[in-house]
Amino acid sequence: MEETLTRETQTPARARPRGSRDPIGWARANLFNGWFNSLLTILILALLVWIVPPFIRWAISDAVFGAATPDECKAASGACWAVVTEKYRLILFGRYPFEEQWRPLFGIVALVGMALLSCDRRFWGWQLLVIWALGLGIFFVLMGGGVLGLSPVRTNLWGGLPLTLMLAFIGIAAAFPIAILLALGRRSKLPIISALSVGYIELIRGVPLITLLFMGSFMLPLFMPTGVDIDAILRAQVAIIMFAAAYLAEVIRGGLQALPKGQHEAAAALGLGYWQTQGLIILPQALKITIPPIVNTFIGLFKDTSLVAIVSLTDLVLATRQALGDPEWRQFFIEAYLFIMVIYWVFCFFMSKYSQHLERSLATDRRS
Amino acid sequence: MAHATANAEAGRSDEIMVDLQRVNKWYGDFHVLKDVSLTVRRGERIVVCGPSGSGKSTLIRCINRLEEHQQGRILVENIELTNDVKNIEMIRREVGMVFQSFNLFPHLTVLENCTLAPLWVRKMPQREAAAVAMKFLERVRIPEQAEKYPGQLSGGQQQRVAIARSLCMMPQVMLFDEPTSALDPEMIKEVLDVMVELAHEGMTMICVTHEMGFAKSVADNVVFMDQGEIVEMAPPAEFFTNPRSDRTKAFLSQILAH
Ligand SMILES: Nc1ncnc2c1ncn2[C@@H]1O[C@H](COP(=O)(O)OP(=O)(O)OP(=O)(O)O)[C@@H](O)[C@H]1O
Ligand SMILES: [Mg+2]
Repeated sequence: MEETLTRETQTPARARPRGSRDPIGWARANLFNGWFNSLLTILILALLVWIVPPFIRWAISDAVFGAATPDECKAASGACWAVVTEKYRLILFGRYPFEEQWRPLFGIVALVGMALLSCDRRFWGWQLLVIWALGLGIFFVLMGGGVLGLSPVRTNLWGGLPLTLMLAFIGIAAAFPIAILLALGRRSKLPIISALSVGYIELIRGVPLITLLFMGSFMLPLFMPTGVDIDAILRAQVAIIMFAAAYLAEVIRGGLQALPKGQHEAAAALGLGYWQTQGLIILPQALKITIPPIVNTFIGLFKDTSLVAIVSLTDLVLATRQALGDPEWRQFFIEAYLFIMVIYWVFCFFMSKYSQHLERSLATDRRS
Repeated sequence: MAHATANAEAGRSDEIMVDLQRVNKWYGDFHVLKDVSLTVRRGERIVVCGPSGSGKSTLIRCINRLEEHQQGRILVENIELTNDVKNIEMIRREVGMVFQSFNLFPHLTVLENCTLAPLWVRKMPQREAAAVAMKFLERVRIPEQAEKYPGQLSGGQQQRVAIARSLCMMPQVMLFDEPTSALDPEMIKEVLDVMVELAHEGMTMICVTHEMGFAKSVADNVVFMDQGEIVEMAPPAEFFTNPRSDRTKAFLSQILAH
């Protein structure tokens, strides 16, 4: 027997049922749907109640702020933020001459400003080169001096946050184009190019960054003619760039491989050459889909700069450790490390947020 | 003499646009094109049909070197396809191609899809490229979509953009590889209409398609391929009513059955 259905009158629109919109309904639908979720919710709430209030008491209520002596800190039961007040210039600028520390301060401003401007897509073009030339130019003049009446400061006195930022930003900016070339090279039809790219990537990716830093510091000078001395910071910078480029190349290659063959064919059929096809069609799409892992690599690189301490470069972490060399304040290391943790976190969190913003603004696959 | 006048009326000439001479191609050991010879004159419309796997795509993809042939000669506008990259790029500029899966550039707007090659390959000024693009988008009847991205269009609209994108390069020959077979039935007509119009304007076309209505109304010659060879080639009237080879008959009875 067959049933047929016809509807003569139009169904009127009804109001959407309540429940998912008001807080109680929301909580019931999302936090307490089923015994497992309810249990999880209660456990997590308990954990928060157990951890958060004591932390707030330690970090704020019972803490010592501002200028204070170590003895005052020892008397208090909370955090001793006075260690930051006391040592922040050593932490931020390392052994850079005290009187001249306005220079690294403005150096940081130049680097951060340069990085922020680079985030604006309107400047993605030749403007980017100008921005970086200016930013790095100002940074190196301020830090190194020797011109414009600034007293020269040797690089072995550079340290703290400006050094960390410099290693990270130049590392990112230089590793990125190298990585693109390596990724393209690995897919090249020319056997020599692809073998060289594969060899480089597999070799560098297979060793820890620390060993590269060591090699740069201790082995490179052995091969150099006597009298030729490459700056320690430069050697570390090159090691970081080489290392990050190998990692990044594989990330980008993943994106290149995700593109359908039809994109290459359509470009070829229109008469576009190899570099035009890569630059106009393939890379924009491949880089877009690999934004999350690319930024992941950048964040990793940012934090990996702290490994340069192993070759005696005073980055933010080593500067902090040196600042804590003062026996009076040594016991308040937790507060000092929390301070630089926040600094690292702010930069990395910004990168993460920016990458999400970029992904959204580049999305073209949604119907509008 | 009568022959020449008929040609002139339809915008055709005796000038040879595409010439395949005993072309052979292998994929590994698999002989995919066997002694294929085909001559296409300016303004001529060729429809290529044949069973799946018979080598139709491979054949037209050899014409713009998306695939490389191993034996025989392929000449486009008297330029021979060799390993010489200069020749290949010269030929690709003159040969447009429309794919089954559209292959639009998803990160560019419709307009940018159309202006890209004129700007970078023809070195046309921006303003002129945009004007040309709008002209062809109007011709395929979607000028209002110029600022959208391909992902926001229907399949039929995307395929029409793909046709416009090719036309913007002012090609001398257009290759179509099953341009409607990825489309829903109601969208096939809008694409075919554009192709018919193009044919009436005198474009030299080589179309792989199973739209026999299209073949009947615009093709000068229908080519039937099977197992890598051209089995039969005839004007549509003859091809559909009086096929000579048994393989053609079997194929026609199959596709005309539904
Ligand atoms: N890259 C390749 N490597 C190996 N074999 C291939 C390759 N491309 C196609 N072939 C084979 O070559 C033969 C011809 O393929 P082709 O795509 O030209 O067929 P077609 O006539 O276009 O078929 P369809 O109607 O399904 O599109 C098929 O048997 C196919 O399996
Ligand atoms: Mg095919």
